[in-house]
Amino acid sequence: MKNKFNLFIIVIFLSFCFIIFYKGLNTSNNYIPKVNEKKNIPTFKAKEFYSNNYINSEKIFEENSYYIVNIWASWCVPCRKEHPLLIGLSKNKSVKLIGLNYRDNLNNAKKFINELGNPYSKILIDSDGVLSVEFGAYGVPETFLIDKDKNIIKKFVGPINEEILEEIKTIIK
Amino acid sequence: MKILKILSIIFLIIGLSPLKSDEKNETLKNKILKNVRCLICQGQSVYDSESDFALSIKLIVDKKINKGLSEDQVYEFLRKKYGDWIIYDPKFNKNTYILWLLPILLFLFGGAIIYKKILKKNNEKFL
Repeated sequence: MKNKFNLFIIVIFLSFCFIIFYKGLNTSNNYIPKVNEKKNIPTFKAKEFYSNNYINSEKIFEENSYYIVNIWASWCVPCRKEHPLLIGLSKNKSVKLIGLNYRDNLNNAKKFINELGNPYSKILIDSDGVLSVEFGAYGVPETFLIDKDKNIIKKFVGPINEEILEEIKTIIK
Repeated sequence: MKILKILSIIFLIIGLSPLKSDEKNETLKNKILKNVRCLICQGQSVYDSESDFALSIKLIVDKKINKGLSEDQVYEFLRKKYGDWIIYDPKFNKNTYILWLLPILLFLFGGAIIYKKILKKNNEKFL
């Protein structure tokens, strides 16, 4: 009776270990952040891309409109891929696009915009990446959708695609 | 002469105190960075990494410490931005309670088995 009980315990324990490891094999070990949590936009002061003047976040997000903050860089290949979609989105009047130029060479960034077009109503310089951390980003490209109450309601990690674009359009309708 | 000596000691103390505070901030900064996970690296802390993300986190932690934020306040700031995963030492909450309680439960369970065995051995001795 005792041996049977011990065997039962061992089987249960081994099954438990098997399930844990099996689940672990199927889980990605890359960190996927919580992207759909409502967060307030950070308050900050940043340099403007063209004028080189400092501007406050209150001034940037002053209009009663949806905003999209897109983190990009000229050295980022996926940014090039998503750029035409951003150009298309910039024609939508219910949303304003703010670009955050991440750890970039200013001349290369200007070349990038001249070559591919400017979808942004404002571009801010984030030369040391601190501003992106304030937004909770950890790479490029990354896109944040901000509602009229100035809350970050969506975060898209990686380049924007048609599916994401449709999702954004549905929200801002 | 004596006054001169006292004055030079005072100046030396005043002169060295900012250095000491810088050293203290650097130690605190390193302690925090060693406990912060680099989210885009494989198994590296921000302290060990030279990725763009790690460099930005290093800068922001430095800024927060210089602003006078405590260690816990810096962790809280990072937690708010990136969630619990960014800190190596997780907080006790509904997602981590198994992690914290399982070792204690296993310890108690093991202790109970050992205690039972010893008790049984003692009883056998007396019989």
